[in-house]
Amino acid sequence: MPLLEVDGLTTRFRTERGVVQAVDNVSFDLEEGETLAIVGESGSGKSVTAMSVLGLIPRPPGEITAGRVMFEGRDLLELSDEEMQEVRGDRIAMIFQEPMSSLNPALTIGLQVGEPLNRHRKMSWTESLKGAVGLLRKVQIPDPASRLQAYPHQFSGGMRQRVMIAMALACQPKLIIADEPTTALDVTVQAQILELLKNLTREFGSAMILITHDLGVVARYADRVCVMYAGRIVESGTAADIYGDPRHPYTLGLMASIPRLDEDTQRRLVPIEGQPPNLAALPPGCSFAPRCRYVTDRCRSERPALEAIAGRHMKACFANVSNRV
Amino acid sequence: MQAYIVRRLLALIPTLFFASVIVFVVVRLIPGDIIDLMLSQNDVSASRMDRQSLEQALGLDQPMHVQYVRWISAILLHGDFGKSLWQSTPVAEHLVARLPITLELGLLAFIVALIVALPIGIYSAVRQDTAGDYIGRSFSILMLAIPNFWLGTIVVVFPAIWWGWSPEVRYVPFTQNPLQNLSQMFLPAIILGTSLSAVTMRLMRTTVLEVLRQDYVRTAWAKGLSERVIVVRHVLKNALIPVVTLIGLQAAILIGGAVIIEQIFVIPGMGLLLLEAVSQRDYPIITGVFLVVGVAVVLINLLVDLSYGLLDPKVRLG
Repeated sequence: MPLLEVDGLTTRFRTERGVVQAVDNVSFDLEEGETLAIVGESGSGKSVTAMSVLGLIPRPPGEITAGRVMFEGRDLLELSDEEMQEVRGDRIAMIFQEPMSSLNPALTIGLQVGEPLNRHRKMSWTESLKGAVGLLRKVQIPDPASRLQAYPHQFSGGMRQRVMIAMALACQPKLIIADEPTTALDVTVQAQILELLKNLTREFGSAMILITHDLGVVARYADRVCVMYAGRIVESGTAADIYGDPRHPYTLGLMASIPRLDEDTQRRLVPIEGQPPNLAALPPGCSFAPRCRYVTDRCRSERPALEAIAGRHMKACFANVSNRV
Repeated sequence: MQAYIVRRLLALIPTLFFASVIVFVVVRLIPGDIIDLMLSQNDVSASRMDRQSLEQALGLDQPMHVQYVRWISAILLHGDFGKSLWQSTPVAEHLVARLPITLELGLLAFIVALIVALPIGIYSAVRQDTAGDYIGRSFSILMLAIPNFWLGTIVVVFPAIWWGWSPEVRYVPFTQNPLQNLSQMFLPAIILGTSLSAVTMRLMRTTVLEVLRQDYVRTAWAKGLSERVIVVRHVLKNALIPVVTLIGLQAAILIGGAVIIEQIFVIPGMGLLLLEAVSQRDYPIITGVFLVVGVAVVLINLLVDLSYGLLDPKVRLG
């Protein structure tokens, strides 16, 4: 049985411009210790998917209208608020995109890192702070004992993201959701943070959902990949599948639009034409149709389902496209 | 930290100097002359001679700057605020008698304001757009719209008509009979407090709402904390910073401005003293009251600034 099984998840937001289907019938699963990357551009629904799994969608305006999120044998969507609080931070932890604003400016680092231990492990504050020292050491913060009384503004962005990781790992969760954990950081720091995250999840035996728009990150750190567009998964497979043999026009477009150092030829970067989709007014057929080079009449009227190509490699596209000649 | 406090206290000197000059001059510019007032009460046909000797006796014959220097040096060198022009009792005696009463009323009003404002403001924000929120907000609009002198008058007049009950007119000091004193202060404190609470409540609601939307509150949710812990531990400290500023400003209003309520409930505090002094043009008392209120306001502002250091670790004082 997989650790996490998301089935038909649909999340909507009521906005002034109408109902926005941010996540539309999304299904994926995740084995223990595995790293799954969810890739897509801004507004593709990848963060909302993660927030829906953790029950952190603000209600209203958000609402999960369909689907199941099976985790350790229970449907998380069926749990009461109190039961869900027991899961959050203990069994499933989350790391957010903005290390600058994700730590409370008025509380000490020690309190914030020790808090999950105090909450879920029922440790006293003294013990929790002791635990925090160990966690800060794990994320390679120098002289951790003396930093307990420090406040977030005394840390750099990279250091704060290390603190966030320490906080997430506190209760050795089975699943860590990292929502663009390195987007706000310097390029030099990004690699360090991802390495750290990868090593620690391996050490703690945690599975990870890595949300990113950076395909370079995906290739290096993910076992499997889901590519999302306009709230739906358009292609999924192993990292090798997606990287070596992308089959959806959107994935192909993404690949063509990133610079690669390992290519000899002077290749031109090809942007994806057209505008990102308007989630409040999606076309009836394939959402990518207006921007697709391979579009047919069928694509405009009928929505392609996510179907297997080979093994676990799946795509939602009528056309048979490939970058292999 | 100590250096900071010393610096702030030194900065008081120019502030108070300018305040004292302004108060001293403005008070003497009030139309109507104390000499006229005094003479008219005794003898309508007072001669020019009487007038001059009276001016001389009261020290009002000197040019204004000489009067000022005499007044301020007496305060600085001997702590002597002068004497009431009418009763020739020391001004300091009046101030010492009246200040504790106003402070007590202010403190009680303040406690009422916070007890009302903070919980309702927090509740309103956490349960935004629910019935409870609307009730809380309607209450605060009502309190903003009703002037406290009107409410005070209603509270004095209607119980008297309906039940033949009216608040005690003779003031009983706290030291003499604490219970009776408190029961006497109860109504004016509630009226002052609730009208102050309206603004505080609305600000509290706004800042809590704003803090609830911060990323770090989402982090706190992701840790599995309960709503109560999130509000108390993660939201409150951040939300209180602007509220403390407002509370400081209100404290200043309370010390100087409970004039009307003190008048309605006949509470002999600073407000009533000021009112009597102004109507009698008793200059030394007026300036004395202003000076004491001014010092209190500046000190309260200093306390507010110091409290930022406790709430916001980014504020490093010193």
